[in-house]
Amino acid sequence: MLLFAPIRELGRYIPLLVGLVFAGRQLPGGEWWWGPLGAVGVMALTVLRWVTTRYCITPEKVQLRTGLLQRRTLVTPTDRVRTVDVTASVMHRLLGLAKVDIGTGTQEIFGGLSLDALPAAEATTLRAELLHRSAASSNVPAAVASGESGSITAEDAVAAGNRETEEDTELARLDRRWVRYAPFTMSGVLGAAAILGVGSRFLDQLGVKVEDLGPATGVLDVVGRIPIWLDVLLAVAGLVGSLTALSVSGYLLSYWGFRLSRHAGGSLHITRGLLTTRATSIEERRLRGVELSEPLLLRAVQAARLRGITTGLKAADSSEGGSSLLLPPAPRTVAVDVAARILGDRVPVEVLLTAHGPAARRRLFIRAFVSAFVLVAAAGVAISLGAPRWLALPAIATLPLGVVLAADRYRSLGHAIAGGCLVTRQGSLPRRRDVLNCDGIIGWNLRQSFFQRRAGLASLTATTAAGRQGYTAVDVPLPMALSLGNRAVPGLLGDFLTSGPAPAAVPRT
Amino acid sequence: MRLRDPAYLVCPRAIAFWTVRAVPGWFFVLVGQTLWFVGSPDHPGWRVAALALTVLLAAAHLIVMPRWRYRVHRWEVTDTAVYTQSGWLSQERRIAPLSRVQTVDIKRGPLEQLFRLASVTVTTASMAGLLSINGLDHATAEGLVAELAEVTGRSEGDAT
Repeated sequence: MLLFAPIRELGRYIPLLVGLVFAGRQLPGGEWWWGPLGAVGVMALTVLRWVTTRYCITPEKVQLRTGLLQRRTLVTPTDRVRTVDVTASVMHRLLGLAKVDIGTGTQEIFGGLSLDALPAAEATTLRAELLHRSAASSNVPAAVASGESGSITAEDAVAAGNRETEEDTELARLDRRWVRYAPFTMSGVLGAAAILGVGSRFLDQLGVKVEDLGPATGVLDVVGRIPIWLDVLLAVAGLVGSLTALSVSGYLLSYWGFRLSRHAGGSLHITRGLLTTRATSIEERRLRGVELSEPLLLRAVQAARLRGITTGLKAADSSEGGSSLLLPPAPRTVAVDVAARILGDRVPVEVLLTAHGPAARRRLFIRAFVSAFVLVAAAGVAISLGAPRWLALPAIATLPLGVVLAADRYRSLGHAIAGGCLVTRQGSLPRRRDVLNCDGIIGWNLRQSFFQRRAGLASLTATTAAGRQGYTAVDVPLPMALSLGNRAVPGLLGDFLTSGPAPAAVPRT
Repeated sequence: MRLRDPAYLVCPRAIAFWTVRAVPGWFFVLVGQTLWFVGSPDHPGWRVAALALTVLLAAAHLIVMPRWRYRVHRWEVTDTAVYTQSGWLSQERRIAPLSRVQTVDIKRGPLEQLFRLASVTVTTASMAGLLSINGLDHATAEGLVAELAEVTGRSEGDAT
């Protein structure tokens, strides 16, 4: 365990160290020792950090002390612990270790409580203890551990494991056939791009040029000799092939061994990962609903993914909007099933939604026309200033494309109140059905742009402390929006609803 | 069925405040255009037209926007909820139950102090659920904060 952090840090700094070595070679004196010196420095720093880190967990509080020069002590009451995530990278797993992140649901400016490199069994026990205090505290005392000498014995760990399997109900498990959805996800494509990016940078760091690689030059030669249409065909086939391969491997890396289960102690557990394994838990009392997302591509193959709307997850500004994964891209029927089991009610996930009417549809089409018109006009100006003529083609093509998207967006648009939940759906390329428990709504924002007022529409946002912080029903006719708000949270809007004429306002002094 | 406006208007001095607050933005645009006007010899027609358009737009914005805002910006506190309305071209109404209010802030920027104004910000546990009332009279703002503190102090729970 002692060697773990230094070695990993070293791995993280390899590009920098390689750079240092190369830079050292360039120096007149051939000062090659810069690299090793850097390595030793990095190791010394991390050993120091490891030596100075102590943690202590009692029934009342979790305490973490770090730092030598700048000492830092983090203390949090145990009952404020909201998430305990266990992550193990490849190196962690080789050494039988795991990292435990304890989230308290605040804005974690200081990085929260993070215990790196605990023995895996101890990490599992710790997680079980912290999460199921209420369920387990009566018969098992909370563990007290410090540094490398944990007082949790192997028997305890096994017992905790047994408890977990006894009280667990499985909600979903990865089916290998789901991998076929990987190429239809944007994240798969982005993941592929990231791998390519890192790979090329790594080659770059090593000073290797792509043209120098044997196979690459062979490919370039062939490309030069065959006719151009075959080139294009090969390029497209190659792109599709490599994107597929990369997105599939990305899917497997993230979701291998995915399992979603419900613990009798009142929490949902998610384990997943091929190389780096993750175990995440969500307390059900912090769950305010689910997001069923069906981007256009996934919808085309009848697939969807599921996220949870939870309070207390950090970073509402992250790409997931503070929501947490409940199901990777999977058949839509499975996603709906899992959502229904999590909510304990099928109705909110399957209910037919109320459409937003002709005014909302008109607005979507006008937007499509206007943006297409702006693009065509811009292309026209550009061509008159000497840009190539073919620019007009894509600009004109945006019109039919925009119309098709507008039609699809209108089909998506809808809302409902069912099973005590506010259900909204919107979007086309990224279509999402948000199911938010009405008890989680803590306010309303009713927004009307100039054009929305003219069309008699409004966008009603239910604000909440969970997930994206606000869930919006877009372009709802105003009376419908008011009745929706009034039904979702009875009494809140009621004070301000009238049927009479507007009274004269008075300045209050 | 319709949603009535909140009962109270803000302080009339807010009109002057909003006007002055909008001046610097236009000032920078005008300075940039004047530099272009003086510095570049070509496209004389364009330069004159652009400058004239900017002056016209600025004047319209500075005259219309604050008065429009004054008619829109309203607020009200009942026994159970805070209700605000703001904006001009794009308008927004926000309602939060008092039982969910977490903090109440009073803020006086340098410009607001000049006009003896204050703004009151009410936050809830949702980052999207911030209510703010701009252009209040000092006394009104303080009265409002005291009232809110008194009412929200009575409710229990963590308001999430």
